[in-house]
This record gives sequence, structure tokens and C-alpha cells, in this order.
Amino acid sequence: MASKFDATMARRGEIMRRALGMDYSEFELSPIAFDYERMMDDHGYSLDDIVAIQTKAGVGHTPLLELHNLTDLVRSVSPAGNGARIFVKDEAANLAGAFKDRRASVSIHVAKEKGYEGVIAATSGNYGAAVASQAARASLRCIIVQETYDSRKIGQPEIVEKARICEAYGAEVVQLTIGPELFAHFLDLLDQTGYFAASLYSSFGVSGIETLGLEVAEETRALTGAYPTACVITHAGGGNTTGTARGLRRAGATDTQIVAASVDLSGLHMASDVDFNRKSFTTGHTGFGVPFATWPDRADVPRNAARPLRYIDRYLTVTQGEVFYMTEALVKLEGLERGPAGNTAMTAAVSLARELPREATVVVQETEYTGAGKHHWAQLNFAKQMGVEVRSGDPRDNKPGTVIVVPERLDQIQASDFDVAHMRASYVRNALQAAPEGYTPTSADIAFLAADSNSSAADVEAMLADLAAKEA
Amino acid sequence: MTETQQAHAGDWVEVECVLLEPADRSTNLPAETAEKPLKMWVKGFAEGQAALGGPVTVETMTGRKVAGTLSAINPGYFHTFGEPIPELAHIGKDLRAQLAAYRAAHSGGA
Repeated sequence: MASKFDATMARRGEIMRRALGMDYSEFELSPIAFDYERMMDDHGYSLDDIVAIQTKAGVGHTPLLELHNLTDLVRSVSPAGNGARIFVKDEAANLAGAFKDRRASVSIHVAKEKGYEGVIAATSGNYGAAVASQAARASLRCIIVQETYDSRKIGQPEIVEKARICEAYGAEVVQLTIGPELFAHFLDLLDQTGYFAASLYSSFGVSGIETLGLEVAEETRALTGAYPTACVITHAGGGNTTGTARGLRRAGATDTQIVAASVDLSGLHMASDVDFNRKSFTTGHTGFGVPFATWPDRADVPRNAARPLRYIDRYLTVTQGEVFYMTEALVKLEGLERGPAGNTAMTAAVSLARELPREATVVVQETEYTGAGKHHWAQLNFAKQMGVEVRSGDPRDNKPGTVIVVPERLDQIQASDFDVAHMRASYVRNALQAAPEGYTPTSADIAFLAADSNSSAADVEAMLADLAAKEA
Repeated sequence: MTETQQAHAGDWVEVECVLLEPADRSTNLPAETAEKPLKMWVKGFAEGQAALGGPVTVETMTGRKVAGTLSAINPGYFHTFGEPIPELAHIGKDLRAQLAAYRAAHSGGA
């Protein structure tokens, strides 16, 4: 099998160097370690510079809303004295309707400044709309490559809507059937056009999200007198978690608990032509959340700027049915009609707020736009068409791809803790596997792995010893 | 063949291409994906007259020329909201009643 794609993949490094305008090799320290902070600072923009870029781009400064009705309802089903105050950052108020605008605005600014004629992004989600919108404002050409259809040309309605909005902004949308070879076609397009790679995982994009953490910290303190007790973040590829957590830290909110949240899609294969249209969620799910956290460098850049394990204190999963329930609840109780995937963290926050005292504050740091195709009704109607059963009942009976169980009551919403220690060990195993065979990690490597997984050096040494014992 | 099945030069159309035949696809794919070709669709302005299912070249919004099979003429968007979901219908009513009861019991709320 020697296709044209293999030839393209062989030139991956060269194509990406030109398309990113950045040589990642200068950050490498060893076969395992690299200088993460130096890579993040390499673009030279301060946080103030990024705020200025985004303000000019029509991005950021979204409202932080306190959800009084939801908070009282959570208190009605909490142990006495529990029920934290719940807030949401209404990121749907950004120009193209999601926090992804923050990511895109910095990438587009860089592309324009470096003199590229256009930009390309591989995304089936809100990031495409964000890139297309920002590219339109910057008079740059734009190609969005998305995985849209199964082999019968049936498209996930949310992705079809994303194609529509990108085309509305004047982007060229390249739509593919299912498969990881999308990346080779993305490289091919970069090579053919000479455009900038507006990667979700570059330092530009992830730095753009730091302003969200900064706003969450400052606005929560202004409203409540303190930084948030917990910030709940819908987690997929890891950029949202990483950027928000970094921004919170830079603002001084070092004690805020970082809680990542994903929809549990266990059992579904992300490259399956059959499972593709039975997921009911195109992002914010464990199908991205777990593999990207445990091996971030699977991304389209040599070193991923999104490294969520550095920051995650806790990882909660919720079911599809629970998220659809909360999406409907949010519309009716708070007048916020927003997209379901963005309400993943909201669902986990309801569960978390019940565990915390009334004085605590829980901030959900995003919402996303909704509408035809993206709406929770559209998702559930599509699920039914694809043969997925939808019924009311106990959300524990939810089975991704087979049955979506919508809770009957708010008190049935109960997030599950994903084992973060296990994810850290998987990450260390993956990092070791990516190094040349027989390579022995140095003490500097161990320090890097500890920082990259938010562990101690002793923890990493124990994980390495455990791996060696399993090999023997 | 009706007039609408013919695209003329300058019409906004969709073109379909096969990027990879099943034999050329990536290894480690689930069987149901591996046995299908990797297909691609993109929209643009037709370069000349073409029939649905026949060969056509388009100029995309970025000015790229893409050759393939004409798969749609003036393609629209038909995604929607659909019917109300019975499993969600009770949620707003239930939660508002629960909230009112909680606030009544806690002298107007927290």
C-alpha cells in the first residue's frame, strides 16, 4: 500500500514547519522532554497583548451569569448546608458563538501578521465557525476540513450545521467520510495552498483560551469577593482545560479546583463508519478526552500546547441523557437556550455543587450557540432515526450508541469520577513508548513527566518501575 | 433528463471525489470503515456544463480547482430541529414546580 497519502505523511514535518511558521525542534530537550513553557512563550504575546487582539476581533468579555434558579433547585436535592452557587460564562456571546473564537482569533492574527494568504483548520466543530468568522474579518482565505458523513452520505446534523455556518462566512468546506486519513488530506491542502495551519493545538490557539480563565477569575471575584471554588470545563482535546486553567493561575486563582468534564461515550469507536452517527455528541466526550489527555502529542502539531493532565484536579463523566436533560432544564429555568455539548460541564457542575457547601462557588466556563442541527431536539431526533432508543428512566442505564436514557428528575444527575491516577500512568507509558526502544529516562525526563502529568518525581519513578515489572 | 439535472458554467454545485479506495486505506481501521472508500465533497462554481453524476471541475471559494463527479446542483441545507422530544417535555414544568415548592418552604429562597 503506497498511496499518495503515504508520500504526504512522509513530508509531514516539512509541511507543518512551513504551515505553522515555527520550528518545534528548538524546544526539544531529549527523546521524552521538551520545554513547554518556552514553547508557550515563543510567540511573544503577553496576556495583555492577547486581550487587545481579541477585543479588536470581537471576542471575549462575555457575561458571567449567576444561575439563581438552578442553584436553588440543586439545594432542594442536596444534603442540608450543601449546594454551591452556580455561575456560567456565556461564551455563546462570542462572535461565532463559542469559546473557540478565542482560540481562532490569535491564530488568525498570527497568520495575518506572518503574511499568509489563507488558513486551514481540520475541525468538525465550533472551531471551524470561529476560524471562518475570524478569517472573514481579516480578509484571509479559509478552508475547513471536516469529517461529515458516513459512507451513505448521512451527516451528523451538528456537523452539517457547522458546514453551513462556515460556508456562510465564505469558507471552503471540504467534507470527508470517516477516517484518520483526514489528516493526510489536511497536509495535502496545506502543501497545495501554502496557507497557515490554524491548529487547535498550537501555542497560539491555547494561549487564546487563557483570557477565558482570566475573565472567570476576575469576574467571579468581583461578584462574590473570592476566586471560584471550582471551575468546571467541558473537556475534549484538552485545549479548553489547559488554556482556562493557565488563565486562572495567571490571574492568581491558584486554589481553584480544575474539574474537567466529558460525556461518557465508552464502547463507541471514533473511526467507525457505523458508530459515527450513533454518538449524539460530536465533542466534549471521552472519545477525545481520554486519548488526548493520556497522549497529547497525537495532535496535528509536533508538540501539543494542550496538556490537560498538567492541570486537571478531577475528571468527571456524565451520560448523554443527563446532558440532554440539563440542556432542556437550562432553557426553561434560566432562559439560556444553548448547545448540548457545551452543557456537558453544566451537567457535571450540578452534581459537583451538591457535594459542596452553600458558600462555595462553581463556575461553568462555557456555553455554545445552538440552532437547527445543533439543538438538543435535533440530536435526539437524529439518534432515533439512527436506531438509538431514547427513553426516560435511570441515567445509569444509558448505553452510548444503543440507548439514551433521559433522567426523570434532577436528583438522578450524578457524575462519575474518572480515575485520573490511571490516566497519569497511561500518559507516562505512552511517553515512554514514543521514545526510541531501549531509551532510559534521565532524571530531567522524570522531572518533565512529573510536571506534564501533575505528579511528583517519586510518583513517576513508581509508574516507571511498575511498567518495567510488567515488561519483565 | 430535466433541465435541473444539468449544471451550467458558473452554477454553485457540489463535486464528489474518491480520495482513497478501500485497498489504500490506513491500517488499524474498524472493518466497517476499512471496506469503504474515503470520499470527499466540496462546493464551488462549475467551470462548464455538466450532468449530475458526470465529470465536472469547480472553482472553490479559495480559488482551488477541484475535478470530480457532479453530486448536487445549488445544494441546500435541510437540517432542522425536528419534532418536540416527549422525554424532555415534562422537565420545565416539573422543575419550575419543584423550585416554587423549595422557595415557599424556605421563605422565599436562599
